[in-house]
Amino acid sequence: MIEISEVSKIFTGRGAPFTALDTVSVTIRENEFFTLLGPSGCGKTTLLRVIAGFIDPTSGTVVLDGQDLVRLPPYKRPVNTVFQSYALFPHMTVAQNIAFGLEMLDKPRAEVGKTVDEMLALVRMTEMADRKTSEISGGQQQRVALARALAPRPKVLLLDEPLSALDFKLRKDMQLELKRLQSETGITFVFVTHDQEEALTMSDRIAVMNAGRIRQIGGPRDIYDHPAERFVADFIGDTNFLDVELLSIAGEQATVRLPSGAEAQVRAPGEDVAPGPVTLAVRPEHASLSGGAGAVLPGTLANVVYFGTDTHYHVELEGGGRFVLRQQNQPDQAQTRAVGDAVEVTLAPGVGQVLRD
Amino acid sequence: MSDAATTRATRSRWLLLAPALAVLVFAASGPLLIVLIYSFLTPGDYGGVVWSLSPDAWFSVVMEQDFFTEEIGFADAHLSIFWRSIKLSLMTALLTFVFGFPTAYFIATRPREKRDIWMLLIIIPFWTNLLIRTFAIMELIRAEGTVNSALLALGIIDEPIQMLFTEFAILLGMAYVYLPLMVLPIYASLERFDFTLVEAGYDLYASRWRVLRKVIFPLAKPGVIAGSILVFVPSLGAYVTPRVLGGGKQLMLGNLIELQFGAGRNWPLGAALSLTLLAIVMVALILYVRAAGNEEVRHG
Repeated sequence: MIEISEVSKIFTGRGAPFTALDTVSVTIRENEFFTLLGPSGCGKTTLLRVIAGFIDPTSGTVVLDGQDLVRLPPYKRPVNTVFQSYALFPHMTVAQNIAFGLEMLDKPRAEVGKTVDEMLALVRMTEMADRKTSEISGGQQQRVALARALAPRPKVLLLDEPLSALDFKLRKDMQLELKRLQSETGITFVFVTHDQEEALTMSDRIAVMNAGRIRQIGGPRDIYDHPAERFVADFIGDTNFLDVELLSIAGEQATVRLPSGAEAQVRAPGEDVAPGPVTLAVRPEHASLSGGAGAVLPGTLANVVYFGTDTHYHVELEGGGRFVLRQQNQPDQAQTRAVGDAVEVTLAPGVGQVLRD
Repeated sequence: MSDAATTRATRSRWLLLAPALAVLVFAASGPLLIVLIYSFLTPGDYGGVVWSLSPDAWFSVVMEQDFFTEEIGFADAHLSIFWRSIKLSLMTALLTFVFGFPTAYFIATRPREKRDIWMLLIIIPFWTNLLIRTFAIMELIRAEGTVNSALLALGIIDEPIQMLFTEFAILLGMAYVYLPLMVLPIYASLERFDFTLVEAGYDLYASRWRVLRKVIFPLAKPGVIAGSILVFVPSLGAYVTPRVLGGGKQLMLGNLIELQFGAGRNWPLGAALSLTLLAIVMVALILYVRAAGNEEVRHG
């Protein structure tokens, strides 16, 4: 378990000081696949490097299983990193790369050999053991970097956007591969990415970061279905933002008045928000054009865009504003709606999330 | 292609090669050939050579005949000069490495825009006349020089230390003069170095010293090899520095050769010594490159 409390990092150089991390606190659990998600410059890599020991925090503590890490140099932390550029040693073979950490820990030769063999098998690189790192493909280098970092059996594996250099297909494979490695080794993974899809598909929990702060922590479903604030809703997936009036909150339920005047039952924010004007976030695929129970937003169909897996309907709402819906396509489905048709966007009870800002 | 066109193409190719060939023939092979021929001739009474073949010069490179007893033995004076040259050149290479590597590392780890300034500072002395630099060192280390005066004034020593006209003085002078030749190639190999590899080393439990030995040094090795050669080769043939700082007492090969063409009036011996120097350099280079290359293969 890693307890990160009130960690700040302020870079001072020429020019104005830059706050890369602003009193960040988070607890990462044992055996968890934990993702730090955010746009570039949000502080996610800085936080990772603080855990690894490459950056000293300006203030705050990082405690791993009761041991304060901040005072330890990187080479004394039971933590290993998979670097974005892989950083494989070019003067060593695949096997020598994987053995490096174990040798630096002065493990007996026999144990090093055995572990290297296990790691090679784990990442399916046994045949490549004696290759130079320049003689293998990007995806293979990626797997060697993983094996090298896993070989010393760290308590925590840090991954700094490790998949960003791979092409689409390989990235998909490696996502599954990483999940498999994590469950097979039982090591805590802390994964940094700016790719929301990567975060949603792989993580047990996600911390969404922006401007040096953690904006929301939760499971992928939680983050996607119930974004806490505008930044999170906007950064992850597509979202319709509606200006609504909050009437009341009862537990997780909130009642809001839509621009159309209809009252809708939606999700309340996690913290207290006073009644009055608020923003409601609605995912495009959560709303419906085909009626059913719920609050209604009337409008005109402005555009229909076919995407293969689904179709996007752009609705010009009465009283202004645009709303995008997404509906999954069926084989040989006839297109029944045309641009200019009057339509009704229906929000079933529970669809829509009131944001705290 | 027709025969005529082929001929024309061949002719123009030779024409383009002509300048390079001219340099090779007249500036490199030609003089070398002359030196080789001279080494097999007989010395003239007032310098120059007499055109009669003789192996005497080569004989006296390493052997000598006692004037009185006519006994043949090793030429101790020559051998000790060979030994001193090789020893001092190796030590110069080592010394420049010890000081040059940290310097190159320091410069390579500065922000990009500042590196050029640091490199300039390293190179500026190189643009200064060799004699001036050598005399400057002389001024520093002579008996009444800056260092001795300072040490005397501080009461650390009671009488001046004899530094000038020693092997130490030659070593100091050569290391100072050739330092940029070590720094430049090491810097070149470190400048391309990916410093994420250092982080990867730290991350994998390697202490600073081990990161230096296992990661940085192996990758900077091509630069170190190039630098060692660049320092060793001119050190072996150095002339001005040992002459000034060694004071004519501590001869090196360059001085010995000069002596044969000057006061010694033995041009064939001078020529033979020059070729011996060349041979030493070649053998040293082959041994060194082979040893360095082998290690590369062994380590991966």
